[in-house]
Amino acid sequence: MVNIAQAWAEAYGEANSTVDISVAGGGSGTGIAALINGTTDIANCSRAMKNIEKKKAKNTHGKDPQQYIMGLDALAVYVHKDNPLNEITIEQLGQIYGEDGSITKWSQLGIKPNDGHDEIIRISRQSNSGTYVYFKETVVPKGKEFKLGSRDLHGSKDVVEIIGNTPSAIGYSGMGYATDHVKMLKVSSKQGQVAYTPNIENVVNKTYPISRPLYMYTLGVPTSRVKTYIDWCLSDAGQKIIIDNGFIPAPKN
Amino acid sequence: MIEPKNNASRFTETAIGRKKQFTERIAKFVFLLMTLAMVVPLLLIVGFLLYKAWPALSIDFVFELPKNGMREGGIWPAFLGTLYLVLISLVIAAPIGVMAAIYLNEYAKENWFTRIINLAVINLAGVPSIVHALFGLGAFVLFAGLGRSVLAASLTLAVMTLPVIIASTKEALSAVPMSFRQASWNMGVSRWQTIRGIVMPNSVSGILTGIILQVSRAAGETAPIMFTGVVFYKAVDKGDLLAYGLLDQCMALAMHLYTISTQVPGVPDAVPFATAVILLGVVLLVNALSIVLRIYIRTHRKW
Amino acid sequence: MLHRSKYKVLSEGIIECLIRVCGISAVVFVFAIFLFVFWEGKGLIFSGEFEFWKFLTTKEWYPASESNPRYGVSALIAGTVSVTVLAMVIAVPFGLGVALFISEFCSPKLKETLKIVIELLAAIPSVVWGFIGLTIMNQLIMKLFGAPIGLTVLNGAIILALMSVPIIVSIGEDALQAVPDSYREAGIGLGVTRWQMVYKVLLPAAKNGLLAAVLLGVGRAIGETMAVLMATGHAVHIPFNAEFPYLHGLDSVRTLTATIAAELGETARDSSHYQVLFIIGILLFTITFVVNLTADLIVKGVKGK
Repeated sequence: MVNIAQAWAEAYGEANSTVDISVAGGGSGTGIAALINGTTDIANCSRAMKNIEKKKAKNTHGKDPQQYIMGLDALAVYVHKDNPLNEITIEQLGQIYGEDGSITKWSQLGIKPNDGHDEIIRISRQSNSGTYVYFKETVVPKGKEFKLGSRDLHGSKDVVEIIGNTPSAIGYSGMGYATDHVKMLKVSSKQGQVAYTPNIENVVNKTYPISRPLYMYTLGVPTSRVKTYIDWCLSDAGQKIIIDNGFIPAPKN
Repeated sequence: MIEPKNNASRFTETAIGRKKQFTERIAKFVFLLMTLAMVVPLLLIVGFLLYKAWPALSIDFVFELPKNGMREGGIWPAFLGTLYLVLISLVIAAPIGVMAAIYLNEYAKENWFTRIINLAVINLAGVPSIVHALFGLGAFVLFAGLGRSVLAASLTLAVMTLPVIIASTKEALSAVPMSFRQASWNMGVSRWQTIRGIVMPNSVSGILTGIILQVSRAAGETAPIMFTGVVFYKAVDKGDLLAYGLLDQCMALAMHLYTISTQVPGVPDAVPFATAVILLGVVLLVNALSIVLRIYIRTHRKW
Repeated sequence: MLHRSKYKVLSEGIIECLIRVCGISAVVFVFAIFLFVFWEGKGLIFSGEFEFWKFLTTKEWYPASESNPRYGVSALIAGTVSVTVLAMVIAVPFGLGVALFISEFCSPKLKETLKIVIELLAAIPSVVWGFIGLTIMNQLIMKLFGAPIGLTVLNGAIILALMSVPIIVSIGEDALQAVPDSYREAGIGLGVTRWQMVYKVLLPAAKNGLLAAVLLGVGRAIGETMAVLMATGHAVHIPFNAEFPYLHGLDSVRTLTATIAAELGETARDSSHYQVLFIIGILLFTITFVVNLTADLIVKGVKGK
């Protein structure tokens, strides 16, 4: 979410030159850690805080973390634009990415990628990323971890870029990071069910199975400055930036 | 290097002689190729960087603020941040480094203790940059309570670049002939006064070389500043030279290059390449300065 | 007898005291680095959860797992080793070759120019190298080797080699220059060619200094962070196996240094993940300390004390 956060900060800074906003990156885990360490006012997260993290925050500062939903995001499964594959199930993803999963080659999916390499090159994120955590919880069987040996990249953008250059790769990243060199797969929850494309409509009506809210967390009730900023991000001006960056506006409730 | 006096001495009558000459030519050729293999790719790489960076390079690029999620506009906050970090780390490292070199060259005796100090200097230079980052985090950000700040990052950089100043200064000091010092001592001048009045003025250029090298290293490092004070984005006003306070966080060129090449989607190719070129340009320029200074020293030496 | 005012004597004493304090500053900082890094990591070491042997020998690296955190760094060590070894395989011959060329085979004018070029090569910041690996080398490797992805051991190794060559060249050249001219004169007097003199006389005479140069290059390669973070693909994977060529240079790996850089930000202070990263820091510090110490001992061995 660092790009949204930076875009908000940039736009807010233009409108309000008295407020000083600095944006640090590093993934949802980094933001939550900073919140717990007391070194940040707001943590932008693409996953919910875990109970153990909420407890730690409460123990360290005596305050419960406050959650705000800022928008929605669909996690797209990307392949190279020339890859013959068009859709995939959650279970297949679990077999590809999960610790003891059995799918390692494209031929197991009945596919032959353009560059002739049969081995599926798994592109993943580093463990500090909310995207990483969310994908794991959705796709990998409970209690298991990701299979070792995936290329663990730092940012959402890297994933898409690498896949755009690598015909035999597969990866996951926010819907907002799509480029012309990649293709988003349709995803179905189970074999035999309808596979849906990640787009605004399917996320809002909850048919696309891998979508999640984008959160902001503060420690307890935020100060008035911070609250004003959060309200601005939820306003039309802030939500326009959400749309411009390829995400979906927060549900109005 | 000893050269045979003339080609006549290379004239060979025997087959063995011809074979020896042949192997010599091959050897020279192979080493020349190796050298070219190091130099030519470097030139090609720099050329390619410039080529890709060209559309975005301009004076404005340096002084403009980043726009549109850092995909457009310039790199001013990062450039300013690097200036701050370099200057502050220099102000901290230079006095300590110069004095340490003075101690090593002028006061220390040849014993095991001095050898340990020299060993420590080499080791300090060899510590991985990420371990310096860990140290900076533990010592300055946490223990000293500075938090992630310009000051903490500068202190970390200062510790990291200390060996550079010590080594250069030591070399400059040791180049001053002993006779200069002896003449001074014979007149009853104390050791420190001799150093201050005679040795140091004669080694100023060498000390400056060390300082310049320190600047170039401090400007180029990323890992030590990533966790001690430098962030993804910080809004500053255009042209505001006093934008960062000591306890604020800042942006920096090296970190910015890392960020926009790995974390910002949809950046036109030219922008990260241009940032790389600017960073490279700053560093190479500073180094070129030190080389010019060294050549100046050699031609203007008073002994 | 010169009389000096009390003020002058006092202030000079203070300055000399300051100088001595600064003199030992390097030692203080080296200790401090070890101390602070150890301090932040000690919690995990003494908690009973941490088994040192398992740490070093298992490859399951899941420090952020809630259900089953595992701290095996053998794949990360393999990553560091593979990139360093491959880098040295490239850098040592080239570095020594260039050092020999500069020291023995080229004209004084060319020598100056080459030394300047090598110095500029050394000045290039590691993040720029990482960027080159991410963009230029990535595409090159994919095209030249038909690899599915260009962020690999080979990419990191080439970049590290280019970064280590300047050290090997400058220290190696010093070592060669330190061999007395009398050795060379003796050789020429016997009628040998320059190459024979180099091969049979110089190299054996300078071997300690050259070995030290290589070791310092190794130290540089092991400790490099940003370049390998960006160029090696960052995969927890052991690129060695029993098939030829044993080291699969086209696999992606992750080094110890890159792991710390990538994961430190996410950790909450004093969590196990935070502490294990500091433990890796201790491991790195120890390795580079030993390498540097060895290089120093080798060199001092020559000079004899």
